[in-house]
Amino acid sequence: MKVSGIVKKGEYFDSVSIMLIAKRLSGFKDIIDSAVLMGTKENLSVLKSSGLLIPEFKAVGEMDLLIVFKTEDNADIPGLLKSIDILLKPDKGQSEDNHLNPSSLESAVSILPGANLAMISIAGRYAGDVAMKSLQNSLNVMLFSDNVPIDKEIELKTFAADKGLFVMGPDCGTAIINGIPLAFANVVNRGNIGIVGASGTGLQEVSCIISNSGCGVSQAIGTGGRDVKKEVGGIMFLQGLQALADDRNTDVILLVSKPPAKEVIEKIKDVVKKINKPVVSVFLGSSPELLYGSKIHAASTLEEAALLAVALSQNQPVTNVKGITAVQDVEIKEAARIESAKLNPEHKYLRALFSGGTFCDETQLLCNEVLTEVYSNTPVGNAKKLKDSAKSEKHTIIDLGDDEFTVGKPHPMIDYSTRCKRIIEEAEDPETAVILLDIVLGYGSNMNPLAEIIPVIRKVKEITSAHGHHLPIVCSVTGTDKDPQNRTSVVTALQSEGVIVMKSNAAASRLAILISYSKGVK
Amino acid sequence: MNQLFENELKVINIGMKSFNETLEGLNVQSVQVDWKPSLFNDSKVLEVLYKNKDKIESANKESVKRILNAKPYLIGMGKAIDVIPGMKKNLLLHAGPPINWDRMCGPMRGAVVGALIYEGLAPDPQNAEQLAASGKIEFSPCHEHSTVGPMAGIVSQSMPVFILENEESGGKAYGTMNEGLGKVLRYGAFSNDVIERLKWMENVLYPTLKVAIEKSGKIDLKNIIAQALHMGDEVHNRNRAATSLFYRTIAPSIVKYTNDKNTAIEVLEFINSNDHFFLNLSMAVSKVSLDAARNINYSSIVVVMARNGTDFGVQLSGTGGEWFTGPSPVPDALYFKGFSKEDANPDIGDSSITETNGLGGFAIAASPAIVQFVGGNTKDAVNYTMKMYEITAAENNIYKIPYLNFRGTPTGIDVIKVVDKSVLPFIDTGVAHKNAGIGQIGAGVLSAPSEPFINALIGLTNKIKLIKEK
Repeated sequence: MKVSGIVKKGEYFDSVSIMLIAKRLSGFKDIIDSAVLMGTKENLSVLKSSGLLIPEFKAVGEMDLLIVFKTEDNADIPGLLKSIDILLKPDKGQSEDNHLNPSSLESAVSILPGANLAMISIAGRYAGDVAMKSLQNSLNVMLFSDNVPIDKEIELKTFAADKGLFVMGPDCGTAIINGIPLAFANVVNRGNIGIVGASGTGLQEVSCIISNSGCGVSQAIGTGGRDVKKEVGGIMFLQGLQALADDRNTDVILLVSKPPAKEVIEKIKDVVKKINKPVVSVFLGSSPELLYGSKIHAASTLEEAALLAVALSQNQPVTNVKGITAVQDVEIKEAARIESAKLNPEHKYLRALFSGGTFCDETQLLCNEVLTEVYSNTPVGNAKKLKDSAKSEKHTIIDLGDDEFTVGKPHPMIDYSTRCKRIIEEAEDPETAVILLDIVLGYGSNMNPLAEIIPVIRKVKEITSAHGHHLPIVCSVTGTDKDPQNRTSVVTALQSEGVIVMKSNAAASRLAILISYSKGVK
Repeated sequence: MNQLFENELKVINIGMKSFNETLEGLNVQSVQVDWKPSLFNDSKVLEVLYKNKDKIESANKESVKRILNAKPYLIGMGKAIDVIPGMKKNLLLHAGPPINWDRMCGPMRGAVVGALIYEGLAPDPQNAEQLAASGKIEFSPCHEHSTVGPMAGIVSQSMPVFILENEESGGKAYGTMNEGLGKVLRYGAFSNDVIERLKWMENVLYPTLKVAIEKSGKIDLKNIIAQALHMGDEVHNRNRAATSLFYRTIAPSIVKYTNDKNTAIEVLEFINSNDHFFLNLSMAVSKVSLDAARNINYSSIVVVMARNGTDFGVQLSGTGGEWFTGPSPVPDALYFKGFSKEDANPDIGDSSITETNGLGGFAIAASPAIVQFVGGNTKDAVNYTMKMYEITAAENNIYKIPYLNFRGTPTGIDVIKVVDKSVLPFIDTGVAHKNAGIGQIGAGVLSAPSEPFINALIGLTNKIKLIKEK
């Protein structure tokens, strides 16, 4: 194995160009692993830990572009370097239909009178200042960028709250404003359910389930995960909640988050007291007692929360939801029985490979009462931390969207290559009982996920049938039929490859957990 | 209360273009910003600029007002030694920021050799080089003598020069006559025919033109440029229309006041056959207009961009005579047959004074005829001009672009905007061979290098601090 790389000194590439270069690079057949990133301190330490730090990177700065790749010893390095150089050349074809874009926020504001939202996805170390400039220009902000310092986040949100503006983010991947999906969002029906979400995938999942149930979303306000922590104090979560309370098109409010800080939960309860609309919450991993004494309808999974909101928005009793889930549970148990009957005794473990971080949490939490010896790179609940994120142990639940997998690479919702490699590794492990996946559709995500995933599923079948055994693959597909990828056609294609597709991650997780559980006790 | 939910969503997207493409697909009104990090981020510098924001703004207003109000006229001609301030027998003026013989590029050295032979100070190239290196010859930037010269920009004492006056400021500027294309001094050629042409220009062209200009009275050059912009020139890389307009203006006087008919024909043919004859005038117009905006404290407006083939130099209104420099880049060019980028000299000449004055690359949207230099696409040319509005303080009141509905050209480069937005001035220019004497090998475009602008911004903040302390 050999690690090679080049430095492009002082060359600025926007994040999309970097992503495109990274994606094409990972497609070269001689390249085993690769990264394309700017030479910041954080990035260098990540390179170091993944064994990609080479001596050439000793004196680089944050304005330098680094390209590094691992190959076999006998690979044609000069040839690869030449191909990389071509990738880096600006695409001349772009100038064909170009209309000139302004180079600054000020010019953009003068070109688009009445602009009311700035979407910011530049590198985190610059994003905060641009967000502040946007707020000063009376724009609401959706801050997709991560790595914005928390002090900056507090400064932005305090300033915005004072002016009555939204700051969605930093690290806000999803929002739906006035029916328009922003960044990584799905095309859902418009309706009377308003959502505030501190979790991007969570927000996508609930909005899709709502839409697929025939209801719709008025607004979906993302806040970024840190908003509900003690330091930020839920400034935007609370402001979003109040805005939905005041919104004439919202009848039901749905709150989605990983566990908020206690103080923030108290503030949420205070605000909800004064709201005359039903409020549903799913705070994944939060202790239910914290909500006692509040009229909030607390759900323990994203699916349950979405279904509660659906029931409330149609003025149906919330007990209906229990009925729906009971029916589903029967089906899941039956499916689990059938699948586990096909397995050999040594196939014991669940291997879940997620592109959505919230799903990774949800699944771990669902394991709590059923499985022991659960490991994750991002453990929650009773799960333990994996020694090596690249290697599964016992029941393993991985978030492939976590920084350690994504530095220098596109997000796994876009670039399936890391996950596809991992699926094969799990299939080759004789202890794997079931593989659990999520596929997230919508804007921002990979436009043709089938092209990425189906060859891998077929490969898995080859591997397992060569060993003469069965390996069930369970999957949820977050999306709608109005998404550019069309959920139904994705689901149908997966099913025809033998994948078991469930309506939600919660359902898919329950099934996968039951399959591995019934093997475990045998 | 936030009105976001009540109004139509209108988005400014800063970053990933795919997000904006989605919005466009959904028919959402949106604008993509081509954002880049600032060229230079120093909190101390930013603080000084922020604290003096109002002063800088009003100083810039004054600078720009003077640039726009300039009334440049061609008022006569004279010998360099007689008219250019500070001109001496052993002094050679050159393009760009200060440079000594050791660091001069090939074409500039060639032009120095040619000028020394032309002046009779050296009998041959070898002696000329020795003399140039001996320290007996002084070198000074044209810009420090109210003068501008294209390419090497060498001006020696007996060369005839145009005299321009800015009637508004009373300032004057000087420039040599353009020699034409091919083997010429400004590209570093010094063969006998080059020297002979210079002698002919001194002995035949100059006296003829001098009389004609004097007899016809002052010539309004700003007016000629304004018309030329409507006729496809940007008066840096294309001067065909402006040369024709000048020819129309001066021809009657030449015919009328030249005693020898053949001389008149020769002179008229020389001007007529050189599409770039007007270039030296458009440069001098720019010089005399921008010099009016010099020495305004706090002003961040650029009054000079000039290259000597080694360094790229910038001067600001608010920093007096100080030069801010960085290495000069090699332009992206369309090369004449048989030449390539390998042969090209780094960017050279005072001609970027036109861009500094809102012409040249800044006005390229007016000049579709030369778009092959910028990639062959008219839209690119328009975009280059459009982008320059990001870094300028004003739109020109006289120089207007028909294609942009007669919008004024972007004028008055603000170094603060250049650094903040990471948008560098765009220059369209001729390209010299890196070896002396070969001449022009192409024409093309380049963005000014960032270093001089960063240095200029630091220089300005230092100057502001000094004023404060006093």
